Amino acid sequence: MQRFFLGIDVGSVSTNLVMIDGQGDVRETLYLRTQGKPLVSIQAGLRQLAKDYDDAMIAAVGTTGSGRMLADVLVGADVVKNEITTHAAAATHLVPAVRTILEIGGQDSKLILCRDGVVTDFAMNTVCAAGTGSFLDQQAARMQMPIEKLGAMALEAKHAVRIAGRCAVFAESDMIHKQQTGHGLPEIVAGLCAALVRNFLSNLAKGKRLEAPFVFQGGVAANVGMKQAFEEALGAPVIVPPQHGVMGAIGAALLAKEWVESHGVATRFKGMAVADAVVQAGSWECSDCANGCEVIEVITAGSPVARWGDRCGKWAARMTRDEQDVAWGDLAAGDAERTTAAGSFVG
Amino acid sequence: MKVTFPHMGRMDIVVKALFAELGVEVVVPPPISRHTLSLGVALAPEGACLPLKINLGNFWQAVEQGADTVVMVGGVGPCRFGYYHQVQQEILRDTAHAVQMIVLEPPEKHMGELLQRIKVLTGQASWWRIVKAVRLAYEKSVALDRLEQELLRLRCRERRIGDVDRVYGRYCDLIDQAKNIADVRRVLAEGLQAMHALPLDWQKRPIVVGMVGEIYALLEPNGSGDLAKKLGRLGVEVRRQLYLSRWIQEHLFKTRTERRSIQALAAPYIGCEIGGHGQETVGSAIALAEQGCMGVVQVGPLTCMPEIVAQSVMAQVSHDRDLPVLTLFVDEQTGEGGMETRLEAFVDMLERRNRIQQAGLNR
Repeated sequence: MQRFFLGIDVGSVSTNLVMIDGQGDVRETLYLRTQGKPLVSIQAGLRQLAKDYDDAMIAAVGTTGSGRMLADVLVGADVVKNEITTHAAAATHLVPAVRTILEIGGQDSKLILCRDGVVTDFAMNTVCAAGTGSFLDQQAARMQMPIEKLGAMALEAKHAVRIAGRCAVFAESDMIHKQQTGHGLPEIVAGLCAALVRNFLSNLAKGKRLEAPFVFQGGVAANVGMKQAFEEALGAPVIVPPQHGVMGAIGAALLAKEWVESHGVATRFKGMAVADAVVQAGSWECSDCANGCEVIEVITAGSPVARWGDRCGKWAARMTRDEQDVAWGDLAAGDAERTTAAGSFVG
Repeated sequence: MKVTFPHMGRMDIVVKALFAELGVEVVVPPPISRHTLSLGVALAPEGACLPLKINLGNFWQAVEQGADTVVMVGGVGPCRFGYYHQVQQEILRDTAHAVQMIVLEPPEKHMGELLQRIKVLTGQASWWRIVKAVRLAYEKSVALDRLEQELLRLRCRERRIGDVDRVYGRYCDLIDQAKNIADVRRVLAEGLQAMHALPLDWQKRPIVVGMVGEIYALLEPNGSGDLAKKLGRLGVEVRRQLYLSRWIQEHLFKTRTERRSIQALAAPYIGCEIGGHGQETVGSAIALAEQGCMGVVQVGPLTCMPEIVAQSVMAQVSHDRDLPVLTLFVDEQTGEGGMETRLEAFVDMLERRNRIQQAGLNR
């Protein structure tokens, strides 16, 4: 029987699931909106996958993205990895010679440098929203244009209008100003792309040597205007892999594959049944000391299965990985109630 | 007179020992918490660095507990910290929490100057008593630093989360209670033994990371978003060169010159002191790399000028020495998630590099 490896990337904007095969080829990709409910979206994805895959076919699971811990608790992951490591793993797998990875996602952007398939340096921007997918989304909506068309419009421009890209607020008012003074929309959109690229490079590339081959990935890589702006700024061609939107999930699957194969262990995957499990996540503020940590707790069948967020570790310590597995026990599948993600989770 | 002072790591134990010996009444500010920070943030100018904000929160909480006098170190080099005492006094004067501010400037040449400044504070105390107090306080500082060094080294080997921290905390308290130098030394030896007696994974060959940067961010866990602990929990052995006792020796006693060799290492990149710990950050990164650290994390408060200069130089150091460097600037807005993601990715990177280097050596 063929063995598959599942990768789950729970991001701020989207939850992506991919299935890769034993050769590391991508066999299945799912792209779902997180919409602030990571547990619900993971379960929806699993339910879709369950139509074609049964538990025995899944040899390993990896999770990544800002919701990776939560995803791990739900599905039982073999590897729980940060976005930087997984994005690099996917890019070096698909483009082995890559030396510079440019990644722009929903709410953050990353620059990763590699040599011979190994990460040598990276930078990540989470402080400023200018230059991320959410900002482009917002601007497309303001100009009443589908986000998919934004890139193509930038390519029609005869020149790029100079837009202040330092800050999302300034960029927006500058764009409005340029519109009012009579510049054409394509030129403004092209200018916006150039400004975002300038912002990306000046924020993340400080003092770093960027060398070709370049790979551009993340949701924003779908935007051909951004690709062109990067090529102009870098003076070199930029590769956009066809799976650019789900690279994190691919990386997570690849790392999970590597882990179980090199350690010869069985997967911790709890099975597709978790798609229908009743899971609640919430948080409370611990008042045992002045730190007032926000402890996050995941509850199923009335008892907690995982906790984190406490600085001293006393809540998390009562819930080590093995205890989690015991607490989950035999998870009731079937027609359980819908999952609710209580508390305030920002994907 | 009820004297208080800002927190910086476990410096409270050292200062308390000094003043208690001199018969000065001390109010130790409550441990730094989110509440402390929010008080400080409300009082401080938005662009001021994190140490100023936490200091103000400390003073406020100490005044609420009866303190009327603040002792601050001041005038150190051209970093902003040098006039924080002045700024803080002005800010507190505008509130109902006005205090008297006494500034202890480090001596320029000789530790005699320091003793004179302490005498101003205590008035009646004899020279002999002052010397005795300084010696006990210093001994406590040395012991606390030794314990912390071991904490940074052993945390990654914990089999049960929080074990080493718990023992560390208990023995810090015992050092606080120690009455004389012999006591301090005995407690230290017991503390180290207790740490080693914990269930630890001695087989583990961890990634070793050096911590460099601004002094407050290095010494005070709340000044760095608990960086050292986060690294430890990621399975990393942490090394640091800057400890309070070393700083006291170099700046107050003027008896140690380790800083000279660190400055010499930094000289090809930064040839003179640029304020704060900018030059030392660069020199320490090189020194730690030479001592076997596989990577370096530089940490400083957001908007810290000397660390910004050091950061831009660090790219070249990193290139020349093939030394991975991660720079983190911390303030009250720093998100936990972003920091953890960066640290995790940095450790992943070092582990992978290490594996490849080991495989290369074995071939």
